[in-house]
Amino acid sequence: MTGIDARRQAQESEVRVSETTAAASGSDASTEAAAPADAVRGVHTMSMAKAINAGLADALRADEKVLLMGEDIGPLGGVFRVTEGLSAEFGDKRVLDTPLAESGIVGTAIGLAMRGYRPVCEIQFDGFIFPAFDQITTQLARQTLRHEGRVSMPIVIRVPYGGHIGSIEHHQESPEAYFAHTPGLRVVSPSSPHDAYWMIRESIESRDPVLFLEPKSRYWPKGPVDLDHSGLPLHASRVVRQGTDVTVVGHGAMVSTLLQAADIAAEEGTSLEVVDLRSLSPIDYGPLLDSVHRTGRLVVAQEAYGNVSVGSEVAATVAERAFYSLEAPVLRVSGFDTPFPPAALETEYLPSPDRVLEAVDRALAY
Amino acid sequence: MAARERDFTAPTVQLLTPEGRLQPTPEAEPYLPLVEALDDATLQRFYRDMAVSRRLDLTGANLQRQGQLALWVPSHGQEAAQVGSAHAARPQDHLFPSYREHIVGMIRGLDPVGILALLRGVTQGGWNPDESGNFHLYTLVLASQTLHATGYAMGLQFDGATATGDPESDAAVLVYYGDGSTSQGDASEALVFAASYQTPQVFFVQNNQWAISVPVARQSRTPLSLRGAGFGMPSVRIDGNDVLVSYAVTRQSLEEARAGEGPSFIEALTYRMGAHTTADDPTKYRTDDEVAYWAERDPIIRYRTWLESRGASAAFFDEVEQEAADLSADVRRRTLELEAPTRETIFAHVYSEPHPLMTEQLAWLDAFETSFEGGEA
Repeated sequence: MTGIDARRQAQESEVRVSETTAAASGSDASTEAAAPADAVRGVHTMSMAKAINAGLADALRADEKVLLMGEDIGPLGGVFRVTEGLSAEFGDKRVLDTPLAESGIVGTAIGLAMRGYRPVCEIQFDGFIFPAFDQITTQLARQTLRHEGRVSMPIVIRVPYGGHIGSIEHHQESPEAYFAHTPGLRVVSPSSPHDAYWMIRESIESRDPVLFLEPKSRYWPKGPVDLDHSGLPLHASRVVRQGTDVTVVGHGAMVSTLLQAADIAAEEGTSLEVVDLRSLSPIDYGPLLDSVHRTGRLVVAQEAYGNVSVGSEVAATVAERAFYSLEAPVLRVSGFDTPFPPAALETEYLPSPDRVLEAVDRALAY
Repeated sequence: MAARERDFTAPTVQLLTPEGRLQPTPEAEPYLPLVEALDDATLQRFYRDMAVSRRLDLTGANLQRQGQLALWVPSHGQEAAQVGSAHAARPQDHLFPSYREHIVGMIRGLDPVGILALLRGVTQGGWNPDESGNFHLYTLVLASQTLHATGYAMGLQFDGATATGDPESDAAVLVYYGDGSTSQGDASEALVFAASYQTPQVFFVQNNQWAISVPVARQSRTPLSLRGAGFGMPSVRIDGNDVLVSYAVTRQSLEEARAGEGPSFIEALTYRMGAHTTADDPTKYRTDDEVAYWAERDPIIRYRTWLESRGASAAFFDEVEQEAADLSADVRRRTLELEAPTRETIFAHVYSEPHPLMTEQLAWLDAFETSFEGGEA
């Protein structure tokens, strides 16, 4: 971790890499077939899928105990091609096409971790994680406690999650609350290619199990990735757009929706401050509370069901800790408390910039 | 058109008859040399371990009745299956138990007080597998450990810690579960992964006939050994009340596993003479006749008869009784000395790395508890 720590210290505050910097570097890794090698550092423009691919490749290079396990992640490269090229480079002993059994993937990963490996499991889709739910919650999350700290579980479970891709049942869900609710697990979700690269690497380096939720609708938009500077620790939240009137907070793909809402609001004369949670367990409340102390208003947005959700926890905690700063109740914008609907209805189901702005208007009406 | 196959029987491999005669069934003949190679001290050790297990069962049950344990999990009746298989493992092997294999752990070097600490409610673990002969922690969610064992065996393979041709260092994995657990999905997934990766591993199912109150017929219409065969691995049904066959078949299976010949499956037919746990009342679901039938097949009596026929002295059996009683008294004394852990324990090892909620909540609990100190009359 020392390398990463040093990089964190080197770049504490400003973490977003500007497009200008990326263009000035004159390098574009996104067109390359293979993931960028460790030697090719600098700033690259690439998609989140490619950034995760690069992070996995660099982790495989850095530590021979890192293994990838999952369904169709070998020669096919995963159904989203996030592991493309990795089995060719690292072989089928380190990139394992497993039998089609999610509990088996996580359960055997636990045994491998007991043996000193650092397995990175891919669950093919959000809605298919539930066959592994028992192994994740009753076994993975508790091994360290049971072993009184003598055994660590450095296992990452990658899960493409969320809507906006027009797919069928079980392919567009947001199951983060189940795991954020479970002691012993850590849960993170990047919103940009840069964060995706660094957060997958830091998740793999963590000695605790990490649910790594990949917003699949953000797999393909490109952005700058600084391969030399992480910028933030894994579990830090951050302000991604500064504003003065209302704070809006979200994670994963929702951050993009919030930034769109902020653009629209700005045209209407309302200044939104956008906070990207990045980590859902633990949650870093510092930047969020600082923001609420300044704006006095908070809207929490998420694709997941609102009832008993991560957003509920954020709202309750901010109400407890920033009560005297609040000018309005904390409001939530969520998916409805129904199963994810047929894709033809997903635009009505998923929180849109307009749904966020409707809540912003209500917050401002107090 | 050929008749559909309906013969789902499997022979039971047995070396020692219930009457205590060494009289191998045809399928047991190949295993006889493994038993003939055992010296008298080892054969006596088998008896000693079974006797200790049975005596410790009494101690555990009494402690529970006296309110000193939340629960006791008896293994009365299953001693031969456990003792024989445990002695089949080599020091470098890894054993993944369910939660009834107390004597297996002790054979590996586990201090049994660790088990009682778990059942007393002062820990969620109880021991360090690295210091307990690679005897891993009990797993209470049925069949979960079958996957951990399989993953561990995959790791042995990836490390090159097996199948080098040296049985003194090549490692294998032995995983225990029961007839009820075979119905769990994880048990099937473990067999799939083990067969797929050809892990160095033995699946050892103690079929004790009852999953709490539900008979094995509810779990399976076929001998459970056919489960292993269905996944493409060698599978044997043994008389689990015959300590010699339990040893020999497990030994053979582990040696094949460590030699790179892949996983195998053993179903040990046995009987849980007592309750599932001290929270159970077996008179509500099974008959006296059935219990009597199995009492006649007691694993310890038949083995004692055989040892006596080979010249074991009455003094030997008296010594074992005394040793078992002394060991149980010592376990009882040290169990009563176990104290509740400090409140830090709630938070200490939930994570390996620092976590803000653990820090905040421990600080709060400390302050809350401290606020009462000296404040009450």
